[in-house]
Amino acid sequence: MKYVDEYRDRTLARTVAAAIRREARPDRTYHIMEFCGGHTHAIFRYGVKDLMPDNVRFVHGPGCPVCVLPVRRLDDAVEIAERHNVILCTYGDMMRVPGTKQRSLIRAKADGADIKMVYSTLDALKIARDNPDREVVFFAIGFETTTPPTAAAIKQAEREGLSNFSVFCNHVLTPSAIGHILESPEVRDLGTVKIDGFLGPSHVSSVIGSEPYEFFAEEFGKPVVIAGFEPLDVMQSTLMLIRQINEGRHEVENEYTRVVTREGNLKAQNLVSDVFELRQNFEWRGLGTVPYSALKIRDAFADFDAEKRFDISPKNSREVKSCECPAILRGVKKPTDCKLFGTVCTPDTPRGSCMVSSEGACAAYWTYGRYREAGSRVPREAAE
Amino acid sequence: MNAIDPRPAKRAGSIDMAHGGGGRAMADLIRDVFQSHLANPILDQGNDAALFDVPAGRLVMSTDGHVISPLFFPGGDIGSLSVHGTLNDVAMAGARPLYLTASFILEEGFPLADLERIVVSMALAARQAGVPIVTGDTKVVEKGKGDGVFITTTGLGVVPEGVHVSAERARPGQKILLSGSIGDHGVAILSKRENLEFETEIRSDSAALHTLVAEMVSAVPGIAVLRDPTRGGLAATLNEIAQAAGVGVLLDEAAIPVKPDVAAACELLGLDPLYVANEGKLVCLCEPDDADRLLHVMTAHPNGADASIIGTVIEDDIGLVQMQTGFGGMRVVDWLSGEQLPRIC
Repeated sequence: MKYVDEYRDRTLARTVAAAIRREARPDRTYHIMEFCGGHTHAIFRYGVKDLMPDNVRFVHGPGCPVCVLPVRRLDDAVEIAERHNVILCTYGDMMRVPGTKQRSLIRAKADGADIKMVYSTLDALKIARDNPDREVVFFAIGFETTTPPTAAAIKQAEREGLSNFSVFCNHVLTPSAIGHILESPEVRDLGTVKIDGFLGPSHVSSVIGSEPYEFFAEEFGKPVVIAGFEPLDVMQSTLMLIRQINEGRHEVENEYTRVVTREGNLKAQNLVSDVFELRQNFEWRGLGTVPYSALKIRDAFADFDAEKRFDISPKNSREVKSCECPAILRGVKKPTDCKLFGTVCTPDTPRGSCMVSSEGACAAYWTYGRYREAGSRVPREAAE
Repeated sequence: MNAIDPRPAKRAGSIDMAHGGGGRAMADLIRDVFQSHLANPILDQGNDAALFDVPAGRLVMSTDGHVISPLFFPGGDIGSLSVHGTLNDVAMAGARPLYLTASFILEEGFPLADLERIVVSMALAARQAGVPIVTGDTKVVEKGKGDGVFITTTGLGVVPEGVHVSAERARPGQKILLSGSIGDHGVAILSKRENLEFETEIRSDSAALHTLVAEMVSAVPGIAVLRDPTRGGLAATLNEIAQAAGVGVLLDEAAIPVKPDVAAACELLGLDPLYVANEGKLVCLCEPDDADRLLHVMTAHPNGADASIIGTVIEDDIGLVQMQTGFGGMRVVDWLSGEQLPRIC
């Protein structure tokens, strides 16, 4: 595949790996947080860790949209689907995330709720058009990458007068999450989470640009490199971070120049601000309540807001006890530190959100990384 | 060979409850649609049970239900698939298939023209394979209780002397061969799914593999394992083998053929070709000394033209399937969790 294979090239990977080995000082460890689940996935799927020296460590961040959605919002989605007799349209990954008492959308569907998996907001609009006598709700989740398509869908529905379409909005904002992690006691005071630099989001940055990260780099003295999601992007960006760390710099650099600019996509930003405004507070799984970290639908589009359209009851939502997703999302613990990991919690029987999405740290560890835990069964040279 | 016109005269009307009621409507349907196309001396006996001779030796039997959506797809339809699927299950025992049976569950309102098209396709597939459909059954369910047509086929076959093919015979050191590119069937089906339609040249690889298997077991009777990587793809098949034999598998990603269109579609849809279904491919495990000879036999056959050696069986008591990635690292190729694509066969 042109424009993809180039970024998965084995020979280039070896060259970058050699450069990383030369640059990384043996007397220290480099803790690099990859913010996005897309990076986590690439690191495991392509075996990037095998090409890194032992003193370069990846810390998984909270940038997996499925993972950070709190249980209560999921329970709300189940309620909308079950109690209000709507067609609920959702991205596939959300189907298997367990809510309170392990109740997931896939269970609700098996019990008769009308829940459809869609690949894009366009599918949800089509379902609304094809079923004019049914209420159709799109379960919107995700960071800045998925926000513009949701905004476009709402505007399209307004233009077409699709009065049976609405959106259950759970869009969240990346910069607030990074800021929250850097402000956390584990990073600031206790030092239990070491972060020397960030692999910054790629697709998110194509929308918001690299500028929003400049504040963190300056304020917290941490370098950020905007990194693409291909394995070579991850390696090249890691090399750029190691150089910054070695030279004592803390700047925002952009490895993903083929897509990301400093300003981002202004058209998309305007579209988003037409339709959405900041929520004062939003709960994140793992991070707790983070001020100004999410979006809600503006009053001008209230007709398309499922939260206003349907009566959603308050509930006592609860995560599974002893599930370490929250700590894993903050980078405080690794999946293997969790008692449930690989015992009761596997991709077939997920107890926490991080085991569901292929971008979740637990699922990635389980699916791609287990051979390490099994005590490297393949001679190291096979991977060299 | 093709005495059957693949384009049947367009039959008007649709299935109603009377077609399953045991009266004249049912008898007419069986005669006009099923018996006329599937005719062979055993079926023509016209009894409830088919009577036939069996050769000496060990028999194998396999049954498979087909619920695929859509019913017609690039490279095949539910009719040809229901023949190929069961022939392949029989062939994966190293066997020569002898007879097939077919059971139809039809939904009220299903167009007769579509049914006839499906039966003609089955007849063609069975005739090309040289395996007759010797008995069958038809039931009709009310509208909304089915999805057009479901077809269950059963196959009977005989295993040549000296052939012992079974997953638990996988042993460290054996080589793993794959008969061609992966993911074609799943991507062809996806490309026609409602809400997901996209343009692609990819056709399902649906094919009967028993003649390929016959040549393979004749050249190397000591073949240890044969499997067709259908639902769950190559990943599921290799995990099943590893689990059954208590061994590990080490794959070389660069050796696994994936067509560019399939790779591109998977990239776009967030799928991994290793988990996408195939309907005309097989995986074979053999002793390392036999691998080159077997590869030669496979590549000389039309169903194995793109065959390659994709990995090795290794010692591993927890039965992991691992892969050296094209990028140069290692990863685990785990079982599929949940369902990647429903109703793929």
